[in-house]
Amino acid sequence: MTTSTDRYRSFVNSPLGSSIGKRLGLPRPAELRRHSPGSPLLDGPAVVLGSGALAPDVTLLLKAAGVAVVDADSPDRLGAVVLDATTLSSVADLGVLRDPLGPAVRRLGPSGRLLVLARAADTTDEPAVAAARQALDGFVRSAAKELRRGATANLVVVAEDAEPAAWESTVRFFLSARSAFVDGQVVRVGVAATNAPDDWDRPLEGRVAVVTGAAQGIGAAIAQTLARDGARVVCADLPAQGERLAVVANRARGTALQVDITAADAAERIAAHADERYGGLDILVHNAGITRDKLLVNMPEAQWSAVLAVNLESQLRINEHLLEQKVLGSGARVVCAASTSGIAGNRGQTNYAASKAGIIGMVRSAAPAFADIGATINAVAPGFIETEMTARMPFATREVARRICSLQQGGQPVDVAETIGWLAQTASVAVNGQVVRVCGQSLVGA
Amino acid sequence: MSPTPTPRRAAVVGGNRIPFARSGGRYARASNQDMLTTTLDGLVARFGLQGERLGEVAAGAVLKHSRDFNLTRESVLGSRLDPSTPAYDVQQACGTGLEAAILVANKIALGQVESGIAGGVDSASDAPIAVNEDLRHVLLDLNRARTPVQRLKALRGLRPGQVVPETPRNGEPRTGLSMGEHAAITTREWDISREAQDALTLASHQNLAAAYDRGFLDDLVTPYLGLTRDQNLRADSSMEALAKLKPVFGADEPGATMTAGNSTPLSDGSALVLLASDEWAAARRLPVLAHLVDAETAAVDYVHGGEGLLMAPAYAVPRLLARNGLSLGDFDFYEIHEAFASTVLTTLAAWEDPRFCKERLGLDAPLGSIDRSRLNVTGSSLATGHPFAATGGRIVATLAKLLHEKGSGRGLISICAAGGQGVVAILEAA
Repeated sequence: MTTSTDRYRSFVNSPLGSSIGKRLGLPRPAELRRHSPGSPLLDGPAVVLGSGALAPDVTLLLKAAGVAVVDADSPDRLGAVVLDATTLSSVADLGVLRDPLGPAVRRLGPSGRLLVLARAADTTDEPAVAAARQALDGFVRSAAKELRRGATANLVVVAEDAEPAAWESTVRFFLSARSAFVDGQVVRVGVAATNAPDDWDRPLEGRVAVVTGAAQGIGAAIAQTLARDGARVVCADLPAQGERLAVVANRARGTALQVDITAADAAERIAAHADERYGGLDILVHNAGITRDKLLVNMPEAQWSAVLAVNLESQLRINEHLLEQKVLGSGARVVCAASTSGIAGNRGQTNYAASKAGIIGMVRSAAPAFADIGATINAVAPGFIETEMTARMPFATREVARRICSLQQGGQPVDVAETIGWLAQTASVAVNGQVVRVCGQSLVGA
Repeated sequence: MSPTPTPRRAAVVGGNRIPFARSGGRYARASNQDMLTTTLDGLVARFGLQGERLGEVAAGAVLKHSRDFNLTRESVLGSRLDPSTPAYDVQQACGTGLEAAILVANKIALGQVESGIAGGVDSASDAPIAVNEDLRHVLLDLNRARTPVQRLKALRGLRPGQVVPETPRNGEPRTGLSMGEHAAITTREWDISREAQDALTLASHQNLAAAYDRGFLDDLVTPYLGLTRDQNLRADSSMEALAKLKPVFGADEPGATMTAGNSTPLSDGSALVLLASDEWAAARRLPVLAHLVDAETAAVDYVHGGEGLLMAPAYAVPRLLARNGLSLGDFDFYEIHEAFASTVLTTLAAWEDPRFCKERLGLDAPLGSIDRSRLNVTGSSLATGHPFAATGGRIVATLAKLLHEKGSGRGLISICAAGGQGVVAILEAA
């Protein structure tokens, strides 16, 4: 898991760099708080605002997680501010966003969390209600851009009648250090619910996961993270990547499966391995992907086809086979790697962006069928993540790519992995058909 | 008194090897211990054996540094296996890998261990180079010297010529002939044609290339140091290209046939197999590809007895067949190690020859012929290369997988070795 180092971030966070940076008004990317087993949910007490039905349950959740819940006017430096905005139904109601939410946000500490829980703005709502609900979208995204020192703001849209068990894993994720690089996102949570895990520190205990493209970079981090959270991991990658794959599999105490996902029998081989060695397959992470950048007018057929075959066709084929053969059944979690390129587009990446946008279409279309069997399929869309690939980018391009997000830095592979880990939890059954960007709220792909 | 254990058949769970490199190629700077440790870790990754304590690991190398006296144990200590896994070194020339597998399988059969890893490694690139023999004596005398006078006396033995080191020779100590020169004598005796040797060579390359292309090696090989396929493999070889090569062994005699193409090159590589009792495998949800049924080792007197250096398997196989009530045709796969194309062909010719079978093997009738379409169906040493001690592990894992794919049947392994030895074994589909 070699990643390029962000020397600028180190510099502006050093004593000298900090004083120079302040005088020149340079951006100051913060050291983000990241999860390690046993670490507390929040780095400080929380304030819970709002008079909706969710607020008391959020308070209970926080207390159960060992977080002190304090009054809105307490002078403490806060770990999180949670607003239950489910009752906001008029423009006048939105006033709470300015006060008391505004002053509370001022007291957010480093890597603090602003989390807003809301109801969906539906076309069946009264215009005034829909306006108030939709207003939260713009509010949260803007607040996310204003937060500093690694703090994030996200919006969770909770379905009416959803039990706390439906949204607990999601609220925990957005509050925790696991969501370090997820910022300015809107996620919908449905009503489906299951039991909470025995241990929120090992939410994937006993689950069997397959990770494609596991030999390096983000895939290696996914394998490692899922294993840390209790999963038994099959690390899959091309036979030619076997040397690094073995190292990753051994580190994750899993097994290495050398397979070309574009081969006709790839799905069968993945299923056979998971069944033979582990008795089934619970989590499938379609992480494998390639880039073959070229301007459209110069795009050779081979580069076009290779990208679509690896990034999109293989996922469609494998999902179809595994569903048909009932390898993916009740409780299955499929997470697919999309990309902010697939949302915002990127020069030189018509093939790649098409494949990644295709993933989003696939996930949204497949979600109802997955829901029918108690399974889910979601996508994560990484933005600029520090990997060997980005370490090879030209210096100026890389620096710009790092700074054009609200967190003013590139993400780490583990940030993508943590997001996948949340979607892979049994307890995340109510999150389905969603596309979650892991981009530090990048200006592109919003 | 503990009860006498009932023998059972050891299961072949699977294998792992690194692609074989040509000597001086991609692994030129890798040591035997590097390669063996990496191969162990690849096997651990394939079967999820991290932190597992196995019954034992038996492996070896033919070309070995003196510092590698505990090569296998040191490799285990460097691997992801439980460090409390015992290990020992085995060395029986090119038979090392198969002999190691037989040793472990026999312990499993007797219930002495439940699991084990067997195989071997060799580097012709990182070969040991010893100091000049005269210099060695001087240095030993110097070491024994107690007084300054004795030391001076010892040092008087130093000569400029002693800077020339001793390098290992690929030759038989008792005849001074290289293995290839020995094979050339046998090839001439049996009148094996150049065309037949080249055809066997071409089939080996084509079969191995096809096996790679259909993914057969995906769970047998783990790439190493950037090499993803055997370096010696020539997928585009042809009879014309092979025919152009000049003879290199027995080349002084007219009509020499053995070339660099139809002989295995010096190679670097490592191969291991995971063996276990059925119960051990089942408890870990590991597959059983095949069982090791029986094995036999033979040796011939190639010094004075008038037999070819590499002909021992021709003697071992009939004994193994007789003990198991089988005939030569009773196999679905034949894995005959291709030290040289002519080695395979002389062995097959001997079994078809009434006189050899009567006079040398004491059989009333020829042992018979084999269905050549069942021979080395995924290629063998001519294509993969032949790191001496690694060949047995490669073949056992390959044959076990072939039998598992077929779902039934039986396979014969035959490996010739230096010193006039041969190790052979029978595997049966699980």
